[in-house]
Amino acid sequence: MKNVIQMLIVLTVIGIISGVSLSEIAIWANPKIAVNRAKETEKAIYRVQPKAKSFKKVDKIDLELYQVFDENNLPIGYAFPYEGNGFQGKIRLIVGLNDSLSVISRVEILEQVETPGLGSKITEESFLKQFIDLLTSPQIEWVKGSPPNKPNEIQTITAATISSKSVVAILNDGINKLKKLKEKGEI
Amino acid sequence: MANKNTLSYEFVKGLWDQNPILKQVLGTCPTLAVTVSALNGIAMALATTFVLTFSSLIISIVRKIIPNQVRIASYIVIIATFVTIVDYVMKAAFPDLSKALGPYIPLIVVNCIILGRAEAFASKNSPIRSVLDALGMGAGFLLALFILGSIRELLGSRTILGYQILPDFYTPWLVMILPAGAFITLGLLFGLVNLYNLSKESKKKSEIIKQYLEQNQQDKINLAEEN
Repeated sequence: MKNVIQMLIVLTVIGIISGVSLSEIAIWANPKIAVNRAKETEKAIYRVQPKAKSFKKVDKIDLELYQVFDENNLPIGYAFPYEGNGFQGKIRLIVGLNDSLSVISRVEILEQVETPGLGSKITEESFLKQFIDLLTSPQIEWVKGSPPNKPNEIQTITAATISSKSVVAILNDGINKLKKLKEKGEI
Repeated sequence: MANKNTLSYEFVKGLWDQNPILKQVLGTCPTLAVTVSALNGIAMALATTFVLTFSSLIISIVRKIIPNQVRIASYIVIIATFVTIVDYVMKAAFPDLSKALGPYIPLIVVNCIILGRAEAFASKNSPIRSVLDALGMGAGFLLALFILGSIRELLGSRTILGYQILPDFYTPWLVMILPAGAFITLGLLFGLVNLYNLSKESKKKSEIIKQYLEQNQQDKINLAEEN
């Protein structure tokens, strides 16, 4: 009996001490983590919208979307973080679009867990630069093994076709959602 | 041979004699997973060492009041607390590193080096010895991870710690960055260590035999002289 009580007391005390110290750490760390996240998003927005001088989060919609403005405070387009499934896991990317959602200014990959050395090439400039000034209508297409010849086409990476196709599919999916919102006049 | 009871041996043994990876083969899961580059290896080893040292210290201090039946549960709670602290601090202060190590940090909880040392050492020894043991084990872990990470980074992407070592005409071996490369490299490393130990042991043995034979010879001569 004495043993049982000791067990209970010891485990409870250890639990309380660790709980208290963790909550203290969390109080210290959470604002910093939030700041880091915000900074990262900000950096990504300016990367995909190089002409932008300021941005504002678009309210009232379910999606995370940022409207960007030039130096005269005129809206020049959007920066749109979006995610979907890749070959091995989630791919999270951010895309810069013009005001009518018809042209992409740039795409950046924020998070991915594709095969290192193969699928991870989607983060490389040689792949991403294909998206600069790419047309989004009727939708983005991909070709395999030959250079693209249409203004809405990109070439997939050799040995990473699925990852490349996933990026295109995620972009199409996200942009279509935005287009629908645009038609309804919500953004 | 160093005296096995001195305090300094508690630290030194982790580096080679009882290296957690190369000799005890503990914690190979994070070892294989994070050693894509030397830097990742170092970061993982430092995080693990931090958790190992503090949990060993605490466990060693409270070792006498923890009832035997709930010791594993208590150890896990203590270890998990420190792992969560590391996770938070990394996310707050080193966001890039935390991104690179991503899901492996929470997995330090189940890294068997930590629970293994808590159970095998910290629960039976004084706080000072436990901390030294933890630091030594951490240093050994760091050494093994750095070697493994360097080999894989060098052959897989031509660099060590981001500095290019191999010339451009060398085509990187993709397999070294993939999990298969981790298994191959670690296997060869184990092989090398075992080979070294075997040769050392056989040398020792042959020396003993030689000594014995010489002694025998001497005895015979002595015996002959006496007669």
